[in-house]
Amino acid sequence: MGIEGVGARVARKEDKRFITGAGRYVDDMVVPGMKHAAFVRSPHAHAQIKKIDVKKAQGMPGVIGVLTGKELKADGIGNLICGWMIHSKDGSPMKMGAWSPLAFDRVRYVGDAVVIVVAETKGQARDAAEAVEITYKELKAVVDASKAMDKGAPQIHPEADNNLIFDWDIGNADDTEAAFGKAAHVVKMDIINNRLVPNAMEPRAALGHYDKAEDHYTCWTTSQNPHVARLVMSAFYNVAPENKLRVIAPDVGGGFGSKIYIYPEEIVCLWASKKTGVPVKWVADRTESFLTDAHGRDHHTHAEMAFDKDHRILGLKVETQANLGAYMSLFSSATPTYLYATLLSGQYNIPAIHANVKAIYTNTAPVDAYRGAGRPEATFVMERMMETAARQFGVSPAELRRKNFVTAFPHQTPVIMCYDAGDYAASLDAAMKASDYAGFAKRKAAAAKKGLLRGIGMSCYIEACGIAPSAAVGSLGAGVGLWESAEVRVNAVGTIEVLTGSHSHGQGHETTFAQLVNERFGVPLDSVSIVHGDTDKVQMGMGTYGSRSGAVGMSAIVKALDKVEAKAKKIAAHLLEADEGDIVIENGALKVAGTDKNVPWFQMALAAYTAHNLPGGMEPGLKETAFYDPSNFTFPAGCYICEVEVDPETGVTEIVQFVAADDFGNIINPMIVEGQVHGGLAQGIGQALLEGAHYDNSGQLLTASYMDYTMPRAGDLPSFKVSTSNTPCPGNPLGIKGCGEAGAIGSPPAVINALTDAIGSNDLAMPASPSTVWAAIRATKH
Amino acid sequence: MSDVSLMVNGKRVSGAAEDRTLLVHFLRENLGLTGTHVGCDTSQCGACVVHVDGKAVKSCTMLAVQASGSTVLTIEGLANGADLHPVQAAFKEHHGLQCGFCTPGMIMTATDMIGRHPEGLDEATVRAELDGNICRCTGYHNIVKAILAASTTMKGSKGKAKQAA
Repeated sequence: MGIEGVGARVARKEDKRFITGAGRYVDDMVVPGMKHAAFVRSPHAHAQIKKIDVKKAQGMPGVIGVLTGKELKADGIGNLICGWMIHSKDGSPMKMGAWSPLAFDRVRYVGDAVVIVVAETKGQARDAAEAVEITYKELKAVVDASKAMDKGAPQIHPEADNNLIFDWDIGNADDTEAAFGKAAHVVKMDIINNRLVPNAMEPRAALGHYDKAEDHYTCWTTSQNPHVARLVMSAFYNVAPENKLRVIAPDVGGGFGSKIYIYPEEIVCLWASKKTGVPVKWVADRTESFLTDAHGRDHHTHAEMAFDKDHRILGLKVETQANLGAYMSLFSSATPTYLYATLLSGQYNIPAIHANVKAIYTNTAPVDAYRGAGRPEATFVMERMMETAARQFGVSPAELRRKNFVTAFPHQTPVIMCYDAGDYAASLDAAMKASDYAGFAKRKAAAAKKGLLRGIGMSCYIEACGIAPSAAVGSLGAGVGLWESAEVRVNAVGTIEVLTGSHSHGQGHETTFAQLVNERFGVPLDSVSIVHGDTDKVQMGMGTYGSRSGAVGMSAIVKALDKVEAKAKKIAAHLLEADEGDIVIENGALKVAGTDKNVPWFQMALAAYTAHNLPGGMEPGLKETAFYDPSNFTFPAGCYICEVEVDPETGVTEIVQFVAADDFGNIINPMIVEGQVHGGLAQGIGQALLEGAHYDNSGQLLTASYMDYTMPRAGDLPSFKVSTSNTPCPGNPLGIKGCGEAGAIGSPPAVINALTDAIGSNDLAMPASPSTVWAAIRATKH
Repeated sequence: MSDVSLMVNGKRVSGAAEDRTLLVHFLRENLGLTGTHVGCDTSQCGACVVHVDGKAVKSCTMLAVQASGSTVLTIEGLANGADLHPVQAAFKEHHGLQCGFCTPGMIMTATDMIGRHPEGLDEATVRAELDGNICRCTGYHNIVKAILAASTTMKGSKGKAKQAA
C-alpha cells in the first residue's frame, strides 16, 4: 500500500467544497427563468376527491400555473410502480394498487400530492397553494397493519382485497414442523420493529427543465441512482424517452435509502415545466419530508425457535406482517421478503426455517428500504431470540451463540443464501475483549452503588450486500439487473477520469475510488477525478444503496482498469521494444521487469493519443468501459456489544460503552469505513432509544417535525469503539463485503438486549424512551 | 418590501426583501451564498447557523430585516483565502463530515463554541453544546473529535485563530 493507495487513511478529496460552503445541492441550482413549486397535499388519510377548484389560486400574485392530476393523466403520465414482483404462496402476483403522481379521485395518506402550483417565488407558490379549494369526502382510515386485514377495515385499493398485497412464504414448513416436534425447548416472542423516518439532512428536491427547442428534459434531483430514475421515468411514467431526458444528481445530502425511489414530485416538476414553459424547482420542507419520504421498518413478528437439549438450534418459525403504507414504493416488496427473510438464519446453523410474510396496505406514508432494509428487521428478530433463549436456559449469551455459529464455508442456509466466508467467533472474541466483557459484573456492582441499573447486551449480525447476480435477482422478481458500470478515461497527459454508475451522497467515493486507481497505476490522487451522478456523462449505472458501491461499483472499475492496464502494457512494450508479459507498473512508470528500461505513465498516455507509434492495428486512445455483475451476494458480519446504565427513578438510559467488531473483508480506506460504522450505529441506537414514527388512529402523523420525532443528537451518543477483522470476500476481485449498513443492522438488538438485562424485564418496545423504560421498570415491581 | 443592508463576509451588501424573508433565504437567494443550508422548518437542525455580530445564530430564526445593519459571517467567509480555518481543517483531517449538508452549520457552531471556551473543551461539553445541530451521517463521533482537535490547535495559536475567525 502506498500513502494514497488501497488501505491508506486518506483524507477525503471532496471535503474541500463541503467545508467551504461550495457544495452544490439541488436547492443550490439556479437556471435562467427558474420558478418555484409548491404541492397541495391531502390533509386526510383517506378521502374521495369530490371537487378541485383552482380559480382563486390561479388569480393569486405571481402564479404561473396550477395543475391537477386530471391534466397529468390526460397527458399520458403513468402511475408509479413497484419494480420487484413478489408472488404469494398461492402463485398469484402481488396486488399493486394505482399510484398517480397527482391524486385525482382518491387520496390514501396524509401528504398525498394532489395539485402543483408554480409561481414566481416560493412564498407566492405557497400562498397560492393555500388558496386551492379541494372538496373531500372523508373515508375511514386504517394505520395499523394488524388491523387492516380485519373485517370491516377500510378497503384502500380495489386491487387488494382486505388490503393484503401478498402472502409470501420461504423455507420449508414441513421440515420446520418436524424440527419443532423433536425440540427440548421452544422460545417464543412477539417482536415489533418500529416505524422510522430516514431523515437525510438534505430534504428531497427536484428541478425540472423542459427545453422546447430541443424537445429535451433535464431533471436535477436528490437521487441515489440517477440512471434508474431516468430509466423508470422514461419506461414507466412516460415523462420522456431516455435520449430526451437527462437526470443529474449533484451533491446529495444523505440518502439512507429514502432517495432511491422515484417520487411523484420529480415527475410532476418535469411535466409542469413543459406545461408552464418555465423551469420548475421544488424543495421539500422538513414536514413534507416526514409526511412523504418513504418510511422504514414497521414489522410485527411472531417468532418461535426450537432447540435440542444441548441448546443447539433445530428450527425457526417466523410470521411477519409488513406495513407497506398507502402505495407500493419502488422496492417496497423486496424489503420484507428477499432482503429480510433470507437473513433469518443469522450467523447460525439452523437446519429448518419457515417464514411467512404478509404485506399490507394502510393509510400511511409508503414504506420502503431504509438503511439496512429488511436485514435490521431480521437481525432484531434473531438476536432478541438468541438473547432471550440464553436467559431462559440460564446460559451465557455469548456461548449459546458460539455453540450455534456457522463455522464451515460455503454454508447453504435453508433460506436461499449461501454464505461464502466469515469467522463469527473472531468478531465475538474481538468485541468481548474490547468491551472487557469479563469485567462487567464489577461495573454493574459499582453502578448499583450509585443507584443505577447497568446492563450488557450483544448482537451477532449478518447481512447480505451487493445484491446479485442479475440473473438470480431477476428470477426472484427484480425488474432490473443489479450490476454496475464503469469507464476509465486516461487523458493524453496521463491524468485519469473514472466515470462510475455508483453515486456518492456522503460515502466518499471521490476518494476511495481514486485510491483504487492510485494503487494500480501510481497516479497521484490529485490527478484522478471521479465523475458520477449525471446520465449525460456516465454511460449507465444502478446507483448506490445496499452497501453495493464497494463490492459492485468498485469491482466494475477494477474490470475497466484491467482493460486499461492491458492496453497500456501493450503500448509500453511496443515503445520499449520488449515483451508485453515483461512489463510491470511501478512508481508511475511502465518498466521492463528486472531492467532500468521504462516509459513514464504520462508518456505512454501521450503515445496512445498521438498514435504516431502504436503497435500495428491498435486503435488510438486509452479509454475502457466495463460492466460488472457479481457472482453472489457478499456477507458482512460482526458482533456488537452495548453497555447501558439506567436511572430507575427517571427511566433515562445512558449508553456507557458501545463496541463494534465488524468483518467487512478487505478495506480501501479505514477512516471512511469507520465513519460509515459510526453513522450506522447512531441510526440503530436512534431506532432503539429515540426514534419512532407515530400516526393517530385517523392517520395523522404525530411525529412530523424535529420537535416531535427524536433525532439522535451528540449528547445522546457515546464515542464508539470500532474495529475490524477480515475474511476477504471470495466473490469479487477486491475481496470487499460492504460496510454502509452494518451499524444500523447490528445495533438495535444490542441496545435492547443491554437494556432488558439492566432492568430485568424482557418486555420492552422500541423506541425505549425514558417513559417506556420507566414503565417497564415499574411493571417488574408489580 | 424593505431594504436590507448588511456586512457579509467583509463586504457591504444590500437588497430588497419581503418583510417575511428569513435571513437564511436572503443569504441564499439574494446573495447566492448557498453554503448556508436549510434542513428543517422548526429551528432544530442547525444547518443554517451563521455568525451575526460575532455570535452563532440560526439564520432561520431571524428575519432579514431584523439583521439589517449587522455583520454576518457565513461558511463562505470563514477561511482566510486559501488557508482553511482550523475548524475547517480539523473537520477534514478527522473525517467530521460525510454528505456535507449539516457541515457548514456544524463548523459555524463549532467556531463559536471554541471561541466561548478559551479554557478548552472536553467531550461532554462539546456533545452538550452540539444540541442544536443535527447530523445524520457521522454519528457525531468524528465531529466531536474534530472540534476537540481544533480547540487544542486554536489554543496553541490563539492570535492567529482570532484573526481568521
